[in-house]
Amino acid sequence: MGVRVIMINPQIEIQLIAIIVSVACVIPGVFLILRRMSMMSDAISHTILLGIVLAFFATHDLTSPLLIVGAALMGTLTVYLVEVMHNTKLISEDSSIGLIFPFLFSIGVILISIYAGNVHLDTDAVLLGEIAFAPFNRFVVRGKDIGPKALYVMGSILLLNIIYLFLFYKELKLTTFDEKLAAVLGFSPIFIHYSLMSMVSITAVGAFDSVGSILVIAFMAGPSASAYLITDDLKRMILLSIVIGILSAISGYWLSVLFDVSIAGSMAGMVGLIFFIVFIFVPDRGLLSIIKRRKKQKYKFANISFLMHIMNHENTDMEKSESSIDTIHNHLQWDRKFLNEILSLSIENKYIFVNENGIIKVTKEGKKFAGTNYCELVKRI
Amino acid sequence: MDNISVKVHDLTVAYNKKPVLWDIDLEIPSGILMAVVGPNGAGKTTLIKAMLNLIKPLTGRALFWGEPYENNRKRIGYVPQRGSVDWDFPTSVLDVVTMGTYGKLGWFKRPGKKEKERAVEALNKVDMVSYANRQISQLSGGQQQRVFLARALVQDADLYFMDEPFQGVDAKTEKAIVKLLEELKKMGKTVLVVHHDLQTVTEYFDWVTLLNTVLIDYGPIHEVFTEENLKKTYRSTIDSFYKNNGKVI
Repeated sequence: MGVRVIMINPQIEIQLIAIIVSVACVIPGVFLILRRMSMMSDAISHTILLGIVLAFFATHDLTSPLLIVGAALMGTLTVYLVEVMHNTKLISEDSSIGLIFPFLFSIGVILISIYAGNVHLDTDAVLLGEIAFAPFNRFVVRGKDIGPKALYVMGSILLLNIIYLFLFYKELKLTTFDEKLAAVLGFSPIFIHYSLMSMVSITAVGAFDSVGSILVIAFMAGPSASAYLITDDLKRMILLSIVIGILSAISGYWLSVLFDVSIAGSMAGMVGLIFFIVFIFVPDRGLLSIIKRRKKQKYKFANISFLMHIMNHENTDMEKSESSIDTIHNHLQWDRKFLNEILSLSIENKYIFVNENGIIKVTKEGKKFAGTNYCELVKRI
Repeated sequence: MDNISVKVHDLTVAYNKKPVLWDIDLEIPSGILMAVVGPNGAGKTTLIKAMLNLIKPLTGRALFWGEPYENNRKRIGYVPQRGSVDWDFPTSVLDVVTMGTYGKLGWFKRPGKKEKERAVEALNKVDMVSYANRQISQLSGGQQQRVFLARALVQDADLYFMDEPFQGVDAKTEKAIVKLLEELKKMGKTVLVVHHDLQTVTEYFDWVTLLNTVLIDYGPIHEVFTEENLKKTYRSTIDSFYKNNGKVI
């Protein structure tokens, strides 16, 4: 009896793996974003290489589960070293990440180039990964092919992440929002911190073989950052991040098929693209609505100042020069275009009218509008 | 043992070489409202944090009802400074207040209907029920403070530590906090409040601790809150340095 191969379309397999990787990365990623630590995923996803190399030297087996343990330990060590350096108060947190991560990573790269030149451990594969090859690496049990190995490895890691999230959801939320209260109530913030970092490390090491570090970083930061801009509810943020992660995985895959480019690259690209779309267009917090709001505020404030100016000079000797339609721009120091915009805005709202001598007069409505808004502005100061 | 809630013994806290608190001995009787008063950098917040084990002291310790802090966690409520958390965190007012019940729930157990009901009750006490489903990012400073107080109330403790609850709040919130302090006192609770405004100390509290790295004095307001003591507390650090060394800087 030969090896029986269950033929599943490799295209479907690749997408399935990508979806599982994205969801597995998104779960710890949400808390990394909320803890403002997303740079840590960058560091961990690289330094685990050293952990894998060291564990490989100990076991001489590339398939040993000890490789995952070694990687997870190295990830935790990375976090610890960054904190030790940061706690000296001599170096900021981002600089300590920038120092520790290349240091540990480079040791890993050097060790590979010296000792493991002829083993399947090369730096290109770590950084970019090759998800396209993932379906070739089959999981064979008693002569039966039951699918690609990456599917099972990442599936287990995803399950671990889901269990972790369900068990510690309350504790994760509390320590992330208010570390001190958590400590006072008896929930160790240090335990939660390091367990979360271990989850990041385990997820990164599982994903590194199939999809590469770049995609791990993209999936950990991007979808959560987008969801953070959209929703105000933690549970919804997690769900939304998962949806965005899956969406980037699938759309990225088909984009790579369409243009015949790197799969991991186009998936990471889609993560970025979705983020920028959200960043620009999301209501209230998006760039467009901020610009619109600022413009609206600027016009409103200019309108009030304009009305106040006219009211201040109403029936004075200077009114003819200060409030005349032909000379007012000299006093306000506004360019013609902006003045015209404010003028037409005021006339439209019936705040002003221009009398037969060409002098601008404020109407009753205008006085009311300027008065109430002025009071409000003053109160806010 | 129950007439004394907290006993602080020989407590010294130092950051690097500089002592922030120096050999503090303090006894807090049960059922009082105590203000902790002192200039900026006097170690008021550090005192609370060291008592609650959030900072490891160099010497000494605090005992609660004669026992270490760990044995009495559930009887102690804590209101950190409002600015110590990220108010952009994606959650609602009710959810933050419910966090106060986590201590009694312990690990793994999720808050249920009972916990939510208690949170609503506490929100009612600080006049914030109508904000229960509001996102915390939309609150004003005073409202944030009231949410924190409600969260402490839900802890249903016997002893409360509040770090600057009056800092930068509106008149309405100030009134709500004062009312709450009075209610807590009526219920026989003990409250320790880090306070900045010297003018309201005698009005809001019945005991006071005067602190400036060293303990200047503590006790009932009418005995301790004297001009002489206040001068001692608020004299500039340069002045004391000068006196301590006996030479001109």
